[in-house]
Amino acid sequence: MWIYEKKLEIPVNIRSKDLKMAKALFSQYGGPDGELSASLRYLTQRYNMPTGKTKALLTDIGTEEMAHVEIIATMIHQMIRDATPEELKEAGLGGYYAQNGKDLYWVDSEGVPWTAAYIRALGDPVANLMEDMAAEQKARAVYEHLMSMTREPDIIRPLRFLWQREIVHFQRFGEALQHIYDFLDKPHYFHMGKDHP
Amino acid sequence: MSNDRGKANREKLIRAIQEYEFAAVELNLYLDNFPRCREALEDYNYITRELNKLKAEYVKNFGPLRNFGEDPSSFPWQWVDEPWPWERGY
Repeated sequence: MWIYEKKLEIPVNIRSKDLKMAKALFSQYGGPDGELSASLRYLTQRYNMPTGKTKALLTDIGTEEMAHVEIIATMIHQMIRDATPEELKEAGLGGYYAQNGKDLYWVDSEGVPWTAAYIRALGDPVANLMEDMAAEQKARAVYEHLMSMTREPDIIRPLRFLWQREIVHFQRFGEALQHIYDFLDKPHYFHMGKDHP
Repeated sequence: MSNDRGKANREKLIRAIQEYEFAAVELNLYLDNFPRCREALEDYNYITRELNKLKAEYVKNFGPLRNFGEDPSSFPWQWVDEPWPWERGY
């Protein structure tokens, strides 16, 4: 099961109203390479991982990603909470406001709704881990784009933290992939199993 | 203790918990891949002990950090206390 802890992974305290950045940040909330996609991708891939180590890693990174969903949500919430409807409309969030008010909804920065089609689960540990590594690189690139669009330290600080986490997760998934290669190379292990006669 | 001082103390404690817990997350992910690394394991256990002390202090003074039987609450049920983590003044 999961337990909620009533705190963020890192401090987020954004004092300035920044609607254009808030709109861009939705890329990491409901976007293809965002934090929700990351969490659900890893958590759904964990069930058939062949080793305890890889089951642990996908569970733990999938869980940390949920904390990142909360960080992004908190950032957007704080950046839009004092905005008037006119200001939201001016920033390109008029349609969003009409449908969702100021609630956080699972869309990307262009209003495209989140879909499970963003993530894959192949039933193959090598293919899954390769997808996970690619996902971390894509999220890293998006964070770099986001950081290049603002100079506000209150916004950059959490983005830099999340950017760094993509790099660490990529590293951990790479180690896990090597571990899986070593595991599959063991002569007594018949990986393809009964599904593939 | 005035409310302002209470708030400042709470923030300080939360920051310390965030720092220790971040170290625990990092070591945890590393240990998932290298479960036989004694040095990382010793660090993890040390950080976990310190983190638990900080969390116990927080819970005693400011109410539960975790629900569902993880942390106790004084009367009345403190889990509902504001602010929540995404709110101003948290």
